[in-house]
Amino acid sequence: MTLEAKVIDLIMEQLGVTREECVPEASFVDDLGADSLDIVELIMEMEENFGIQISDDELDKIRTIQDVIDFLKTKGVK
Amino acid sequence: MKRRVLITGLGALTPVGNSVREAWEGICSGRSGIGPITKFDCSAHETKIAGEIKNFDPLIHVNKKELRRYDDFIVYALAAADMAMQDAALSIGAEQAERAGVIIGSAIGGLPTLEKEKENILRAGPRRISPFAIPAALANLAAGHVSIRYNLKGPINCPVTACASGTYAIGDAFRMIAWDYADVMVAGGVEAVVCPLAVGAFNAMRALSKRNDEPEKASRPFDTDRDGFVLSEGCGLVILEEYHHALNRGAKVYAELAGYGITSDAFHMAAPPPGHEGAVRCMNAALRDAAMGPEVIDYVNAHGTSTPLNDIYEAEAIHTVFGNHVSRLLVSSTKSMTGHMLGGAGGVETVFAAMAIEESIVPPTINLHKPDPAAGALDFVPNTARKKDVRTVMSNTFGFGGVNAVLILKKFEP
Repeated sequence: MTLEAKVIDLIMEQLGVTREECVPEASFVDDLGADSLDIVELIMEMEENFGIQISDDELDKIRTIQDVIDFLKTKGVK
Repeated sequence: MKRRVLITGLGALTPVGNSVREAWEGICSGRSGIGPITKFDCSAHETKIAGEIKNFDPLIHVNKKELRRYDDFIVYALAAADMAMQDAALSIGAEQAERAGVIIGSAIGGLPTLEKEKENILRAGPRRISPFAIPAALANLAAGHVSIRYNLKGPINCPVTACASGTYAIGDAFRMIAWDYADVMVAGGVEAVVCPLAVGAFNAMRALSKRNDEPEKASRPFDTDRDGFVLSEGCGLVILEEYHHALNRGAKVYAELAGYGITSDAFHMAAPPPGHEGAVRCMNAALRDAAMGPEVIDYVNAHGTSTPLNDIYEAEAIHTVFGNHVSRLLVSSTKSMTGHMLGGAGGVETVFAAMAIEESIVPPTINLHKPDPAAGALDFVPNTARKKDVRTVMSNTFGFGGVNAVLILKKFEP
């Protein structure tokens, strides 16, 4: 399973959205209906699943699905 | 001048049934909702039975995301609110929102969530605590989520008064309308703490029945062989409406709320005082509020928890309040079938009180084979429901901390 597919599965589960909605440029707040607590929870799941830590500063820069994937790649997640 | 307040909708989720109709028919046929605990591994607990909500599909009432975020007590409250609003055929428009409110009480709120999050800390450290831990655990979030779903922008509250919480909620909502702070209120109580900590903690107090091999016989209020209460979960909500508001829209009316009394024992953190003088004062306060004498009450839905102390003290208090009228009074404890839903009890029992008036049936006290002689001569409606023209009902609830709350409902007459 690719990193992209894993991330999208997690987002679908956490935010209760469809695969069709999970396009790379989808914004968590504007397109996927997430609030700040949803994003915190989603990031916690990412940390748990990918064995990384994401700081609050890094979290602030994440707005879209592509941002998450790019960020995970910089952390060396495959 | 106090305004009149009518009950125009009912919603309930109980161990005996997942709707008002199913629960009421179960109660009237004397069916117990108590069974083995399935929500957690209780093998190390002394008590292994409870009144759980069964065969309930939460996804009818919340989506998957909400289900993961909310503690069960919030889900149950939303389910009962959906049923009650639908039953009342009520929707709150923008022009009405500020005159509509919600009060839902709960004794312990989201204890299972707190328990689970503590396990997360021990397992993986504080960074693994869910951002939804606090909003899932706060007791007032049942009312909060119902207000969001139904656009209720008026008074909101959550009485946390132990086993009387649901009754306080309905009584306080009654006053909100009577005193012209609102025209419509959603009110009642909810509880969902069938979890290791609650069962263990009540066991530590020696409060729970340990009749593990006969779950359906475990809750036996006023019976000599009772050995404690049975912990249950559930929610009961009513829609309260100001008299003209209800009549102008042609609402179906179940009953009128006539009186409300609240008192404090100021005695002990858990035990009632001998003779339960706090309950005596409370029943008298509700009668005074309803401008009724004790002789007009037809039926008392007792607190009747099946604990050794409550039942004899409550019976003694009923004798004190009603005197000679006890010979014509029916008294029953529906907890014999539902178990004790703690904060949910007052809500569900008010629903049953309204149904007793609506359908002219007094539900029984089941498992009552050897009435405790210390309870004196009272007609506890043993084991079989009774047909009766019920015009007035008193509903009693008492709780830890010495809290007492009593409601009086009467048949609606325009």
